[in-house]
Amino acid sequence: MRDVAVIGIGCTPFGEKWGSSFRDLFVQAGTLALEDAGISGEEIGAMYVGNMSAGRFIEQEHIGALIADYSGLATGHIASTRVEAACASGGLSFRQAFIAVASGIEDIVVAAGVEKMTDVGAGASVDALAGAADREWEGFVGATFPGLYAMIATDYMNRYPLTREQLAQVAVKNHYNGARNPIAQFSQEITIETVLSSSLVADPLRLFDCSPITDGAAAVVLAPLEQAREYTDTPVRVLASAQASDTIALHDRRDISTLDATVAAGRRAFSMAGLSPRDIDLVEVHDCFTIAEICAIEDLGFCRKDEAGKLTWEGVTALDGDLPVNTSGGLKACGHPVGATGIKQVCEIVSQLRGEAGKRQVDGARVGMTHNVGGTGATVAVHVLGV
Amino acid sequence: MVGIITYGAYIPRFRIKVEEIARVWGANPDDIRGGLGVHSKSVPDMDEDTATIAVEAARNALRRREIDPSEIGAVYVGSESHPYAVKPTACTVGEAIEATPVMTAADYEFACKAGTAAIQTCMGLVASGMIRYGLAIGSDVAQGAPSDALEYTAAAGGAAILIGADDPVAIIHRTCSFTTDTPDFWRREGQGYPRHGGRFTGEPGYFRHIEGASRLLMEKTGKGPKDYTYAVFHQPNAKFPQRVAKVLGFSPNQIKPGLVVPVLGNTYSGSSMIGLAATLDQAKPGDTIFMASFGSGAGSDAFDIEVTDAIESDTFSRSAAPSVAALLEDPIYVDYAQYARHKGKIVMQK
Repeated sequence: MRDVAVIGIGCTPFGEKWGSSFRDLFVQAGTLALEDAGISGEEIGAMYVGNMSAGRFIEQEHIGALIADYSGLATGHIASTRVEAACASGGLSFRQAFIAVASGIEDIVVAAGVEKMTDVGAGASVDALAGAADREWEGFVGATFPGLYAMIATDYMNRYPLTREQLAQVAVKNHYNGARNPIAQFSQEITIETVLSSSLVADPLRLFDCSPITDGAAAVVLAPLEQAREYTDTPVRVLASAQASDTIALHDRRDISTLDATVAAGRRAFSMAGLSPRDIDLVEVHDCFTIAEICAIEDLGFCRKDEAGKLTWEGVTALDGDLPVNTSGGLKACGHPVGATGIKQVCEIVSQLRGEAGKRQVDGARVGMTHNVGGTGATVAVHVLGV
Repeated sequence: MVGIITYGAYIPRFRIKVEEIARVWGANPDDIRGGLGVHSKSVPDMDEDTATIAVEAARNALRRREIDPSEIGAVYVGSESHPYAVKPTACTVGEAIEATPVMTAADYEFACKAGTAAIQTCMGLVASGMIRYGLAIGSDVAQGAPSDALEYTAAAGGAAILIGADDPVAIIHRTCSFTTDTPDFWRREGQGYPRHGGRFTGEPGYFRHIEGASRLLMEKTGKGPKDYTYAVFHQPNAKFPQRVAKVLGFSPNQIKPGLVVPVLGNTYSGSSMIGLAATLDQAKPGDTIFMASFGSGAGSDAFDIEVTDAIESDTFSRSAAPSVAALLEDPIYVDYAQYARHKGKIVMQK
């Protein structure tokens, strides 16, 4: 297996991009990534694109071909593949691209993610997202994603000493970081009071505990490490790529407050990288809801199961803390175009490791991790990147 | 100078509180009130519709000034809730105020700005000499589907503006429009309630078009927010007009007299015109009024208005018809069941 590096990144601004279509978004992200890598389209051997539900959101399938076409690469007959794993589609797209390069089958590969969610109303969007859960046993009986994560939060708060204020602090911190990220959907800082006084969505989760509906796209370019320096002075190595599955329905889990797929993918990633949690300088976790960030920090092994709320409250996961979590603003503040999120996480870590993260730069960051979840934890992708 | 010869408004006396609607749908009234800035909305009586409201508003306008109705050469009624799909409301109004038969008439539809489009049409007809007076009305018994966000604000009411060139109480110096094909809110033939794009109605709809028309008007007139005593914007809720005023540089005091939505709700085609009527109710000679309507679909009409001495002269009597404030006083609150009956939401056995 060859060592692999990220040589280029590109990400559109996230938000309600009513003026940009699905294809506008991915062309924009792809162009930024190719420019960043300093490569031309003809050098690309293959493309993978993470996308959850273009069929439901814009009534378009066959996304691999569409992207190749509108990237101007169809006449070169490039291999282009759509990867779908609900909200983990981006993470899995990155892993497929990594495997393609590491195996030696391809040299230069683009991993992208895109979602255009605002062409349908909120109701249709929520229902499309519910397809990430078990439609027969969860969706058909009325479970929505806020509802499922509310069950996790309720169970968690019954068993562990997590306060409502500590949970709110996750959103406060991520909005603080988002306010320092030019591509973030939300650029305003919030307070604990903002969260606690926002509308109740699914008890105990309030509006500001939830990530938004977002349009956006992200793309990265991968190359064999041995060739990376031909393109960039700042290649970022992929130290580990791991993926794990779990039951699709939340109620079939051993323990609904622990995402076992996160635990498994995290362990595999640390093992592959030969690192331990204390070696990680910063991490982008999948905070689709505030409770998800609490669980992720613990399930990845950064602290004991019951400590994440306290550590968040104490500022350990803040931008200037010992383990900055979600410096991009996370899904909560940067936005969550589902298929693009996993790739945006990689873009954020690469920016940080290159020292190009501006006002949210973590000093001396050398090793970062991404954690991307599909559904309530039925698919998890974890990557470790380092310089 | 072409301008407003007289004006009048009408608002049904019934109201329903936002918390009563929230109670029925299990929503948190504080969230709704906080999100919209609206506390109550007007409800038509069982036999009130766009036509009766338009007639009342027109009659209130004519009570304020002695006008020979036969000299009204055009009647246009803008509404989203004309009682007939085919058969003009404007003819009913023309007949009721004795302006028929030597007049032209038509019903207008441009979501919430059809009434201000009617003002523009009348201005053109008067300026060209085709007619002496033209009556422009915005009137609605607004539809909002049960439990939809619109149900908390969709209200009933209207205003009538008589346009002419003889001694207007307010001169309309200039008007311009900003219009695009933007599907933010719509209702198809046969559908009982409008549908909308949620948050899409805001930035690409309301704000883009009102800001577009407003900036265009200020560019053409060379005037700025400080040149106006008052400003009136379409008010689907209390948040939007306050925000657009701030963005354009108008102060809260400038929009205060015309901001009636917190107690009235959104009267769709009546909204900005009732706001203008409320502002004219307290305007003095020399006061200047900036107005911008908004209609989904989408467009905005902006107006540069200056109040004249005529508003306090012997030829005009503001007190001869009820002010908007008076129309809003002494409401009768109904519960959701009565509201459902008034709005025809209860299907009776045939």
